[in-house]
Amino acid sequence: MKHAYTWTAIAVIVAASVTGDVLMSRAMKQVGDVGELWRHRGMLTVIGRVLRHPYFVLGIVAMAVAFFSLLFGLSWGDVSLVAPASASLTFVGNAAAAKVLRHEHVDRRRWIAAGLVACGVALLAA
Amino acid sequence: MTFRKYLVLAGVAVFGSVGDSLLSRGMKEVGNISIHNLQVVFLAVRDPWILSGILLLFAFFAAYMTALSWADLTYVLPATSIGYVLLALIAKFILHEQVTPGRWMGILLITAGVGFVAGGPALTGVAADHDVLQERAPEVASVRGEL
Repeated sequence: MKHAYTWTAIAVIVAASVTGDVLMSRAMKQVGDVGELWRHRGMLTVIGRVLRHPYFVLGIVAMAVAFFSLLFGLSWGDVSLVAPASASLTFVGNAAAAKVLRHEHVDRRRWIAAGLVACGVALLAA
Repeated sequence: MTFRKYLVLAGVAVFGSVGDSLLSRGMKEVGNISIHNLQVVFLAVRDPWILSGILLLFAFFAAYMTALSWADLTYVLPATSIGYVLLALIAKFILHEQVTPGRWMGILLITAGVGFVAGGPALTGVAADHDVLQERAPEVASVRGEL
């Protein structure tokens, strides 16, 4: 039963992390190039625009869910399973979500990169 | 991609990994936190290592948000994962942790992944099309004027 709880936590961590990253990416694309904005409108405008963006706020909520799910996951399962499994699945999940939801052109080069990094993270944290 | 943009990507990797290392060092000083004494985690913020770690993680977040404002998610994540390699090197040479052959293999795979993605375009899809249209707007206007 504990095994099922651990994998449920991993699934929630991955889903929440991917949701958070996609929302943040969408928010920041709508805010625009931060460097350009900073130069032309000043720091306060940039911070105000980012903090007031609804997708940014939702992204923060999703990341908070991911963080607390990680704490729950770590209390049920070994860190050597939960950390690498969630990090590497998040890499692959992000590639799929960015393709479908953000219409990013995830070509073979990016799939291979996501796969290599996912395997690397799994080995690193094992 | 300009030099400034590569600096921001390097900032994501460096601030993230050094921030995590400082937190790790600080939490070893604070010791294990019991599930019945979770409030101890708030007292841990007074530890200078943890405070520095938190400040660096704020810098990480700012750099990450900046990178996402001009590059794809599927570019930023693999390109900045070189931070995992940096973290392993800090763990071995500064925190004196054991880095096993499996971990070195992991480092090799991540480095290969970073090399793969870094050579490609940073921005694709709808956002990139929008950028190209904006850049070419004066050209289009002048052609229309000629017609």
